[in-house]
Amino acid sequence: MEYKLTFKEFNNALKKDKLLGLKCSQCSSITVPPKMVCRQCASPELEVVEMIGKGTIKTFTTVNVAAEGREAEVPYTIVMVELEEGPWLMGNLIDIDPSKATMELIGRKVEMGHKVFPGDKYSAGDMARPLFHFVS
Amino acid sequence: MRKVAVVGIGETKFSGPQDKTEVELFAEAAMDAINGSNLKSKDIQALYVGNVLGDFSEGQGMVQSFAAENIGAFNVPASRFEGACASATMAIRDAFMWVASGFYDIVLAGGVERAASMGTPLATRTFAMFSDSRYEYPSGITFPAVFAMLTHLYAKQYNIPLAKLKEQMAFTSVQAYKYGLLNPKAHLHKEVTVDMVLKGFTVCSPLQLHDCCPFSDGAATIVLASEEAAKKLTDKPVFITGIGQASSGPLSNQNDYLPRLRARELSSRQAYDMAGIKPDDVDVAEIHDCFSIANLIAAEGLGFFEYGKSGEAWEKGEADIGGKVAINISGGLKSKGHPIGATGAGQVYEIVKQLRGEADSGRQAPDPKIGLTDTLGGDGGTLCTLILERGW
Repeated sequence: MEYKLTFKEFNNALKKDKLLGLKCSQCSSITVPPKMVCRQCASPELEVVEMIGKGTIKTFTTVNVAAEGREAEVPYTIVMVELEEGPWLMGNLIDIDPSKATMELIGRKVEMGHKVFPGDKYSAGDMARPLFHFVS
Repeated sequence: MRKVAVVGIGETKFSGPQDKTEVELFAEAAMDAINGSNLKSKDIQALYVGNVLGDFSEGQGMVQSFAAENIGAFNVPASRFEGACASATMAIRDAFMWVASGFYDIVLAGGVERAASMGTPLATRTFAMFSDSRYEYPSGITFPAVFAMLTHLYAKQYNIPLAKLKEQMAFTSVQAYKYGLLNPKAHLHKEVTVDMVLKGFTVCSPLQLHDCCPFSDGAATIVLASEEAAKKLTDKPVFITGIGQASSGPLSNQNDYLPRLRARELSSRQAYDMAGIKPDDVDVAEIHDCFSIANLIAAEGLGFFEYGKSGEAWEKGEADIGGKVAINISGGLKSKGHPIGATGAGQVYEIVKQLRGEADSGRQAPDPKIGLTDTLGGDGGTLCTLILERGW
């Protein structure tokens, strides 16, 4: 069975600030990032849909200790965002001083752009990730 | 299925970077387990070995085959298990199944790792390989970052002020260090206070240095035997009476349950049901405290305490010797250490010592009969549970 929305397709779209997902024909659930089947009911009957790219911060952390090769990036803030369509998505938060990230962030509305991680010797290429900023 | 007993155990000291190779560390632990079982290496019918990052730490894959040959278990089938930090428990669970099924009578299971030898940057990079590499690593996720985000979620979910939660978490670290100080095999021997935990360097907000376990080197192994074979080998068999294992997808996709980890709840229920016991029946437990918040999440998922109430339970001594269940009186991952491919076997080593009444002075639980191990791999991607009971 052919994969409906591959990482490559998802990644290429994200690089144009488009967030793609899958809508289940059986239960209407949205699956982001893409999988072979609906993450709720396991149906393979899915159609590719575009998310509006907005959501709410559910949790966060500011990272001070980097993985090898990413030393220049610290400190940075990671967030998990509940998209308006339901799924959670991990990304980075800009618009704040990472050292001042507090519990006040939880519940803030954000929208999405992207930034490319250029990759390292283990990553099999570059990859975009969502870059969230506050909805003004 | 046949009953299966642990008849021998071996464990190296867990440590920072050291000079012994993975094969050498595994061999030392294995020979202690084999000798302690009154067996010879040639009696071992198969090896089940947890090893996660040997490819990176010393450029060694397939360590299990070289380990088998090294200890004199020539040409036996040897299998490697990789489920991140739960690898050794996966190995033991499979070893159990092969003996329970009647296919083998005597096998060796365990694990080995040189996580400390990798150094912090490479260890941080390779540990992050157990998060989703396509959809989460680009954001810079690391292991402390996963549990840091779970800490904020936990505070929000159970409406606990973060400062209060941090104190409760610090208390779990202090208890772990207290017992690690009494364990000669522990990696970190320190006296640490709540104040010291709260003044530590922030690794990933809000987790500070003493909220995090160390990267460790070390190995641990056990010999498993059928009930009939065990009778001839020991008068103190410890039976594995319950096993569980479950999986989950990437962290973001676990959102319906977070900060609870669904795989743990499924795995532990499998083990409790198989053993025919309840969480309240457990006397001693080794749980996966890779981070202080992980203690609270684990103790609740295992059914020891109510959701959101573990911190209070620790502060009241309910997780200490003399409390409801003695948790991590080895020092846990926090103090005893975390050589990831060996950690689960180290937990079983400790529970067997406790059930035999052979733990070090000052940290022996009073007459325990039932023990539990809980081992987590990745950010909840693999969870394993074992229940062990005194067989005499």
